[in-house]
Amino acid sequence: MKKLLLLSGKGGTGKTTVACALIRLSQAQAYADCDIDAPNLHLTMTPAAPPAREAYYGMGKARIDPERCIRCGRCRSECRFEAVRLSGGDYHVDPFACEGCGVCLAVCPAGAVAIEPDVAGELMLYADERAVFSTAQLKMGGGTSGKLVTEVKRRLNRAAGADTPLAVLDGSPGIGCPVIASLSGVSMALIVAEPSVSGVSDLGRIVKTAGQLHTPLCVCVNKADTNPAITKQIERFCEEREIPFLGTIPFDPEAVRAVNGGLTIADVDCPSGRAVRAIYEQVVRLLGLQAGSES
Amino acid sequence: MPGFTGMRQNSATVAVLSGKGGTGKTLVSVNLAAAAEKAAYVDCDVEEPNGHLFFQPEIRNEEVVSLKIPVIDESRCTGRRACVDFCRFNALAFIKGKPFVFPSVCHSCGGCALVCPSGAIRETGKPVGVVRRGISGGVTVHTGALNPGEASGVPLIRRLLRQSEQEPLPLRIIDCPPGSACAVMESIQDADYCLIVTEPTIYGAHNLAMVHELVTLFQKPYGVVLNKCSDGDNRSEEYCLKHGVPVIGRIAFSPQLGMLASEGKIAARESAEYAGLFRDLLNTVIGEVRNEETSASQR
Repeated sequence: MKKLLLLSGKGGTGKTTVACALIRLSQAQAYADCDIDAPNLHLTMTPAAPPAREAYYGMGKARIDPERCIRCGRCRSECRFEAVRLSGGDYHVDPFACEGCGVCLAVCPAGAVAIEPDVAGELMLYADERAVFSTAQLKMGGGTSGKLVTEVKRRLNRAAGADTPLAVLDGSPGIGCPVIASLSGVSMALIVAEPSVSGVSDLGRIVKTAGQLHTPLCVCVNKADTNPAITKQIERFCEEREIPFLGTIPFDPEAVRAVNGGLTIADVDCPSGRAVRAIYEQVVRLLGLQAGSES
Repeated sequence: MPGFTGMRQNSATVAVLSGKGGTGKTLVSVNLAAAAEKAAYVDCDVEEPNGHLFFQPEIRNEEVVSLKIPVIDESRCTGRRACVDFCRFNALAFIKGKPFVFPSVCHSCGGCALVCPSGAIRETGKPVGVVRRGISGGVTVHTGALNPGEASGVPLIRRLLRQSEQEPLPLRIIDCPPGSACAVMESIQDADYCLIVTEPTIYGAHNLAMVHELVTLFQKPYGVVLNKCSDGDNRSEEYCLKHGVPVIGRIAFSPQLGMLASEGKIAARESAEYAGLFRDLLNTVIGEVRNEETSASQR
């Protein structure tokens, strides 16, 4: 199974919009949303049947039993995350700051600390005769997002048949833990860039991050006509680094209408839809796939 | 700034967030800070920092931020594996009887050094990024950059918030990272007011709902700016109406504003029209913060 990951560095460049179109065009039998911090893929690629839900347990959180606590304060002084708070003479743990490392448990002389399981998010797996779709939602303010991304991918791999030709993974913005976790084991990452000074800077940083993990990359520019000069600059950037440049997608008010109508840009005859078809052909070529029969 | 004195500590912290990326957080943050004339701008999106591209600040201080990573003195290690058994992040392992550290998954909790029975573990600093403080006109710019390959920007965000707190300025604008996870929570913790920037799409509205939940959970006063407004459907506006979320500003979709932003220009410094728009928005925000303080003091 080839795995194509959509990334962008900068948020809001059109990762999900392009991902949805590629899923539609390839008739992908497997896809996943790795942007577990702000997942949106399910809003467009909505399967008919409800998903199988499973709680995701993060690192666990410390809890201090006030009955057994002798108020020595060692947990507070040893905690590197400033998660142990003192209020009204009692020590307690701020669950949002606690990383579940267990240092407080190790130093407590009174056995007052326990690490309790913590539901840090929810995993959802949709499956019907046509496709499997793995997604998740991290709990508000949650950490350990990289682990949750790994879990989303593991469930996709398990559910998809071994002969599934292509899986499309929608990634998250940034360069941190969820992005690093999403990059592992993918065949190629398609970076959706944006022609702005911010977009250029962010592209450079995501290319560097993915490069450290030796992931093959390719790039397209969305809303390319909003700043043709910077689009050219991105094309040159790719040339210099020998990163395949797959083309450009124009700014298209039809795209917003399609998305708000629950459609992908490939479902509508519009300039952005035509452009994304050309990019899809390049993706097929780079991954060495047979083009999906478009219906 | 007129009427801005006499507030608690003479200073207000406004966090700008969105859930979804690319809705215009940096655009709004940068322009509010520029419209204020005297303000601190803090870019907490240390994974993909962009505020400095707009302000082009003259850098005054720069500091490398390091995390503590264990180093094992093999000559003292007695092979009792206490460190490996302790580490819940699997950052340590014994391979062929020898201890190994995997720095990329280490959370720097210090537990391994604490539990080692033979004192074989000491900690050393591993740089994870850099924070900078610079000046651009009346705005003090605090910005940081996580080193590519590092997992978490939270240590940099903490440093940025701590260093910007010390500025004797009437206003501090915090430009948050996208999402609603730990890095965002860290960024809004000190905020007196949360400004949510959203866009008309179903994606924008869905992520607006998420951060709405976040600011409610943290009991922060908040308001919404609808960005990229046009004649079509606005799903975010529909959400606000339905859930009684206060809309305190709107910015029309405009190729001119888009062009300025794509070139890294600060609209409030380039155009009288946008200077006016962001000054009005700033005054509304300050009014909201002040109302909140009055009602808090009456509680």
